[in-house]
Amino acid sequence: MSTTYDPADPYAGSRETTEGRVYTVTGGDWDQTLGTEAYGEERLVVNMGPQHPSTHGVLRLVLDLEGETVTKARVVIGYLHTGIEKNTEYRTWTQGTTFVTRMDYLAPLYNEAGYCLAVEKLLGVQAPPRAQTIRVLVMELNRIASHLVALATFGMEMGALTGMTNGFRERELVLDLLEEITGLRMNHAYIRPGGLAQDLPPGAVEHIREFLEAMPARVADFHKLLTGQPIWQARLKDAGYLDVTGCVALGITGPVLRAAGLPWDLRKVEPYLGYETYDFEVPTADTCDAWGRYLVRMAEVNESLKIIEQALDRLEPGPVMVEDKKIAWPAQLSLGPDGMGNSLEHVKHIMGQSMEALIHHFKLVTEGFRVPAGQVYVPIESPRGELGYHVVSDGGTRPWRVHVRDPSFVNLQATAAMSEGGMIADVIAAIASLDPVMGGCDR
Amino acid sequence: MTGPGDRSGTDAGQGAAAPSGGFRKGAFGVSGSGDTSGFGGLVRVEPGGAVALHSTDRPYGGYFDEVTDALIEAVGQATYDAAVQRVLVDRGEITYFVAREHLSTVVQALRDDEALRFELCSSVSGVDYEGSGGPATTPGRPRLHVVYHLTSMTYRRRIRLEVAVTVEDPHVPSVTSVYPTADWHERETWDMFGVVFDGHPALTRILMPDDWDGHPQRKDYPLGGVPVEYHDATIPPPDTRRSYR
Repeated sequence: MSTTYDPADPYAGSRETTEGRVYTVTGGDWDQTLGTEAYGEERLVVNMGPQHPSTHGVLRLVLDLEGETVTKARVVIGYLHTGIEKNTEYRTWTQGTTFVTRMDYLAPLYNEAGYCLAVEKLLGVQAPPRAQTIRVLVMELNRIASHLVALATFGMEMGALTGMTNGFRERELVLDLLEEITGLRMNHAYIRPGGLAQDLPPGAVEHIREFLEAMPARVADFHKLLTGQPIWQARLKDAGYLDVTGCVALGITGPVLRAAGLPWDLRKVEPYLGYETYDFEVPTADTCDAWGRYLVRMAEVNESLKIIEQALDRLEPGPVMVEDKKIAWPAQLSLGPDGMGNSLEHVKHIMGQSMEALIHHFKLVTEGFRVPAGQVYVPIESPRGELGYHVVSDGGTRPWRVHVRDPSFVNLQATAAMSEGGMIADVIAAIASLDPVMGGCDR
Repeated sequence: MTGPGDRSGTDAGQGAAAPSGGFRKGAFGVSGSGDTSGFGGLVRVEPGGAVALHSTDRPYGGYFDEVTDALIEAVGQATYDAAVQRVLVDRGEITYFVAREHLSTVVQALRDDEALRFELCSSVSGVDYEGSGGPATTPGRPRLHVVYHLTSMTYRRRIRLEVAVTVEDPHVPSVTSVYPTADWHERETWDMFGVVFDGHPALTRILMPDDWDGHPQRKDYPLGGVPVEYHDATIPPPDTRRSYR
């Protein structure tokens, strides 16, 4: 590809292609760049991304413009494809958790939970009640963190920078809690097939309760900062319109579908992990636009706080991993003088007391457990919509196939329907209201 | 090499060759198993392999019978018999194995019939059963499966459709005219498994680069790599390491 630079204008080189003349603009004004020769042509194709701050990571948009009106919006993805689905086929069922948690990196615990529920369904086991309650607890904490990032990036892209700083500041409170519980801020690998990696550490419940007390005021601050603001409303209202028919045809789920008026939340309609026993509402809006999606997410943060409180109240002491020693991870973690690691008790047992325990540990850790042949599809409600795990086993110690129906991947298909015919500025609002995470989209 | 009495049918050098007769060889030089110790059952018999080949008998239980009856009524008994090769109920989920010639008729009825109303196509994915053991992958059997997960929001039901094709003739009709959401799913399945969806508006690669060769999630796709020499030792390329076989 050769680019010839016009010596008169160092900022805009042009080259001839089969589609006509293409300019590479690095600065300056359009009339300087195009001169008079292109004035007759009204169609302008603008490439946005894949490294544009408003595209949520490496998303690329190709926009056909007439003036400021978008006549065609094409979405190009795949820039963050890392082959996670393929990778899981070469690791044990337990190791799979550490891969899937890296897909949708804003909602890692949902990936882990969806994957583990699928593996457990294949195995025909259920995590013990305490593990299920803690899963709900950490997932709802994660939902708050994810929605806060959605609001923060929304603010940044609409020009409300304080929304961004506030969103990330509040999210830090959640990440501190998740770090205390799981040991990591992201990519936790905390939820494992059969239960959890470890129980809640001492003090965690108190810290979560402090967070529950502090958070409602922070949510109220968000409403003060953004909801009543005329510019915010003007940018969001009627931007990225998509009604229920459009959503269902395009497979859109999550806050986008609920902002179109359909109270479709898998926690209510197909409950898992005991969600049917929690008291919470499914917030909806009837505006079908970015404004409604913003309000739905704000309301969902409050509902998640309610669920967390109920989960804390019903925490009973008990195991957090299935009893079956053929599945349960043999080592329990504990906090030693040099940080988190295998518990000394366990190391003493396998190294000094029982040869059989050592063999068992070795076999389970290196080879893993076998999962009966078959396939399952397990959908859960992630912050972005239906997160589905289609997991196939051939009866071996590794997944035969793990396919993830990631909501970001599906929801991004709505970009054209939401933005064609609208203004170019509304494209940003439309995509921000979808809240795509490219790590999950491209996997 | 393979003697007349050796039923394993494969040896370590052949890599992607499918074990015939559903037997796998254990011990060192183990292939296709996660067994890193070599003691995990020296010869393991896999009765069915990854694909169960039986069909579940009626009644299926739950809402599955209602869905099946409604589907028969919608498309007619003759078409149903021709379209649905077998039905499998496993782990509380129902799978209809559909002949590709009738896929369009079946999904149209599933979406539009008042008693069915599967409005949402949750997911389309591919599975390659090459080398999964058992009779499912004996020669002549289609190894590429396209799996559709359909959701009825009206009745809160889920079903699964499965269409199996061979690598030599990997054509499946596109369902994008019924479910627009299948657009990207089908592009991904083409990209990763090389299944051609006839009638798709623009079947191009979606996750891999446009000029990529091959379909990476097929089981016989080479993992590539080169041997690396380091401190007088040679580290073999990934596809010859035991942990990748």
